[in-house]
Amino acid sequence: MTDLRDKTAIVGVGATPYWRRGESWPRTITEMVGDAILAACEDAGISVKEIDGFAYYSSANAGYGESMETASIIETLGIPEITFTATLTGGGGGSAGALGLAAAALTHGDATYVVTVMALQQAKQRLGTVFAASAPKPENAFLQPAGLAGPGHLMALLARRHMHKYGTRREAFAEIAISSRNNALNRPTALKRTPLTLEEYFKADLIADPLCVYDFCLETDGAVAVISCLADRAKDLRHKPVYVTAAAHGGSRDWGRAFAWYNMPDEIFASSGHASVAKRLYAKAGLGPSDIDVALIYDHFTPMVLMQLEDYGFCAKGEGGPFVESGAIRIDGALPLNPHGGQLSEAYIIGMTHIREAVEQLRGTAINQIAGAEVALCTGGPAPIPVSGAILRNTL
Amino acid sequence: MTTARALPGEHIHIAVNEQTAPFWEAAKEERLVAPRCGDCARFRMPPTPFCPHCQSKAIDWVELSGKGEVFSYTVCLKPPFPGEVFPFVPVVVSLPDADGVRLISNVVGGDIADVHVGMKVKVAWNPITDGWKVPIFEPDHGD
Repeated sequence: MTDLRDKTAIVGVGATPYWRRGESWPRTITEMVGDAILAACEDAGISVKEIDGFAYYSSANAGYGESMETASIIETLGIPEITFTATLTGGGGGSAGALGLAAAALTHGDATYVVTVMALQQAKQRLGTVFAASAPKPENAFLQPAGLAGPGHLMALLARRHMHKYGTRREAFAEIAISSRNNALNRPTALKRTPLTLEEYFKADLIADPLCVYDFCLETDGAVAVISCLADRAKDLRHKPVYVTAAAHGGSRDWGRAFAWYNMPDEIFASSGHASVAKRLYAKAGLGPSDIDVALIYDHFTPMVLMQLEDYGFCAKGEGGPFVESGAIRIDGALPLNPHGGQLSEAYIIGMTHIREAVEQLRGTAINQIAGAEVALCTGGPAPIPVSGAILRNTL
Repeated sequence: MTTARALPGEHIHIAVNEQTAPFWEAAKEERLVAPRCGDCARFRMPPTPFCPHCQSKAIDWVELSGKGEVFSYTVCLKPPFPGEVFPFVPVVVSLPDADGVRLISNVVGGDIADVHVGMKVKVAWNPITDGWKVPIFEPDHGD
């Protein structure tokens, strides 16, 4: 197997402001993508005309119902020639894995500067009710009639099973919501900057028992882009390189369509679906859970954070509840998690804010900087496959 | 007590194809069936063109007893439709006489507070648009 360890690096990151759902209107997706790419080029210290590759995820969809078109993007930005444009399939599960797609292109000589980008605008369709709004298809006839309107409703069933099997408590989900909120309080980019108390958490209506509104991520608009290139080239650019030590995507048939079919074996049902990818990621990186200094864990719903912590080996299977309730994931805990406030409290751009935060942590410029952070884990969303993870570091 | 209710059928639409038609045609007659591989005799749900174990395309449609067990559930605050707001109960139900394959459905009848993992249920039917019916489940008291 070709060893791609640390062969590529992230050299630029750029973003639009983050807006509440629908408030980026009337900007177009192409405009938001362009703003993020130009900001990333500025950050890297390169001209946008040097971009020659695109490595997307989520099938190059911009959220639901919109798409990112390389042809439109290069036409509008004046990028002269593209030598690589490809996407991971699936949805938000691939965010971290797209860095591996970029690495594949770069190490095969197919491009020099590769953009990974996501833009999300929820003016026409909000994600929260996306399944209720989708047209009837033979495949979803076995799902849609049950009235599960959005992803949170679907994942409530996984959370419930985890509680049944392992005794996981809502206090654990609350801890994830509250610690994320605490991390967002001092962040100018965060859309939720007021403290959340345990009392408020337990007073909230259960939208889909056991999940209340605070277990759901925010519904927001915005775009984030990162630029990757070969590590040798990265050394000559503006910032300290953030090396892509390893990235992995995929997943097992046992997980498959996950909460769209619900026929996973019991242990996989009450999981994030990441276990096999996590194992492969660590093997590719030559690192393990104890090497991770900061964890950027895809947090669309609090229980899925807890289950990823199990699948990435930070605690034993079924021990995610006690692990988070111990305070381990707080900013001063053993495993600082989502110091940017995550999708629960900063903004939801389908995984890209986690990559942005990983870059800032490893450059040493994060707002809630973890002292001495050298190795970061980023994950993609627990979702129908692919799911994905990436390990980044700043020191070889 | 809050009784678990079915969702209003006039808002529920399904689409059917070659693989799934036998399931829905049987449902119209209030018979719960599941596809069993014609070669290796293992069940699967939802219906798909290939057996994932042996890749055979042969299918026997087996009529089931309609008994099931709640594998997981959620109580949702309101239906995803315009109209009356009431709590309802999506469930994943495993079917013991079909290798435990699972259906995604609703529990209706009985107190919502009594729904639990492991609860015994039996099939009932909710008429929806275009003359179709979808399987839903009631508490099974063994009578």
